[in-house]
Amino acid sequence: MPEFSKPIPAITPEMREFFDGARAGRLMVQKCDGCGKLRFPADDLCSKCNSTASRWVPVSGRGEIFSFNIMHQVYHPAFAGQVPYAVVVVELEEGCKFVSNLLGVKPHDIKCGMQVEVTFEKLSDEVSMPKFRLRAAK
Amino acid sequence: MSLRAKCAIAGLGQTRMGKNFDHPGPIGFAAEAVNLALDDAGLQRADLDGLLVNPGITWLNNPMASSSLQHAMGLGDLRLTATMNLGGGTAAAMIMHAAQAIDAGMAEVVACVFADAPLRAPSPNKGGDGGGSAAFYGFAQGLDAHYGLFGVNAHYAFVAQRHMYRYGTSNDHLGAVAVSERKWANLNPAAQFHDTPMSMADYHASRWVVEPFHLYDCCLVSNGGLAVIVTSAERAKNLKRPPVYILGMGQGHPGHNPLDTLVSGAPIAKETAFKMAGIKLTDVNFCELYDCYTFTVLVTLEDYGFCKKGEGGPFVASGAIGPGGSLPVNTGGGQLSSFYMWGMTPVGEAIVQIRGDGGRRQAPKHEVGLVSGNGGILATHSTLVLGSQP
Ligand SMILES: [Zn+2]
Repeated sequence: MPEFSKPIPAITPEMREFFDGARAGRLMVQKCDGCGKLRFPADDLCSKCNSTASRWVPVSGRGEIFSFNIMHQVYHPAFAGQVPYAVVVVELEEGCKFVSNLLGVKPHDIKCGMQVEVTFEKLSDEVSMPKFRLRAAK
Repeated sequence: MSLRAKCAIAGLGQTRMGKNFDHPGPIGFAAEAVNLALDDAGLQRADLDGLLVNPGITWLNNPMASSSLQHAMGLGDLRLTATMNLGGGTAAAMIMHAAQAIDAGMAEVVACVFADAPLRAPSPNKGGDGGGSAAFYGFAQGLDAHYGLFGVNAHYAFVAQRHMYRYGTSNDHLGAVAVSERKWANLNPAAQFHDTPMSMADYHASRWVVEPFHLYDCCLVSNGGLAVIVTSAERAKNLKRPPVYILGMGQGHPGHNPLDTLVSGAPIAKETAFKMAGIKLTDVNFCELYDCYTFTVLVTLEDYGFCKKGEGGPFVASGAIGPGGSLPVNTGGGQLSSFYMWGMTPVGEAIVQIRGDGGRRQAPKHEVGLVSGNGGILATHSTLVLGSQP
């Protein structure tokens, strides 16, 4: 059987700072210079004030599971041995949503509202991907 | 000036639906549907002066699809044409556009058509996938592909999961929609699942596609075409079939983040359409609601106000929407159990019901029907109020 690896995202110019941050262990999102609204992924303009000026800023990486699904269908050969696997929507403390995977929790044990924090999975020298894990209760 | 009952649907054309592979692609289906609709109305190709087209996923990359269809059919001297796309909200929106143009004197007889052919014949070499459509509907790029987020199903699953968390909606509730539509399909000889009953146990036993959706939560992607002919109410009165009057029309596009919306554009679209039609919710005899998923029906019922927000689950589980219920919904089996033609599936069945052509599935009262279309992740919405009387 041939081995397939999961698709590695291309580092596009507009997402470069996101990947730079991830490589250094920081979760970055775009912040509008006009009104301060956070957004992800990168976009050309702010949906709130329509400003085209923005910068990348680090966020806490803490949040909670807003929603999730459990994928059973294989759309890419790299996931053939993974199904069923979960994809989660994390609502970050700072307010924006981030699609990712939750590590260390079986798909059917995932619940909305779970408290999570970011961790990084190194795929190559250039690309590390933000994933999430449960946050220990304080 | 209100457009209430100024225009009517005079013809309905529907090709064979489903795993039919012996056809020259989506334009062939579209042409067949338009010709069937003209026959139904008692009109000729030469009577057409307007052509609005919603290309399905297999010809979405044709930026002038309506022009291609015009040439393929040899239609001359049109006064109105457009290629339109609001996803599943397009069908009703095309009818609105047609009615406006007819009322403005810009066209007289307008065909509105959707067609698609995403299913491929199983290949003997590859073993075949039964003609699955994942290749067309499973697109993803960039980060999403790495995280394994593929396709529209997966995005709707996020919304449904959040609805479950927020309001206590369950798979029994989603299953109630699937079972109800199947009961209607069992009364509709043209439905693909006409001969296949489904119990709640069958629903739960169907394989997961993407949780919380079972296979039977998802629409029945089909090859085919469906067209309607719109003309003035005056002209429609003298044609072959009784006019289906367009009493109200409206659109609503809320612009929410698809990752966190639980509300469709129905409240906005309803306001415009019901005001035009001069009706209240209690005047609606039956509904044909866009049902890309069971979940969409549940949310749409909430958003029109048939029950309170969040109570769509208990409402559908009460049996209200099935045969014999107080509010017949998706009486042909819908996109879940009959065929998926984007927004044209609910439009077509509403015409059948208003005309009283429903046979064993005929809704007992059918003077006023509500039709909804929905596109994207609850991103676009269109409403039609259709009636048997002006
Ligand atoms: Zn802004």
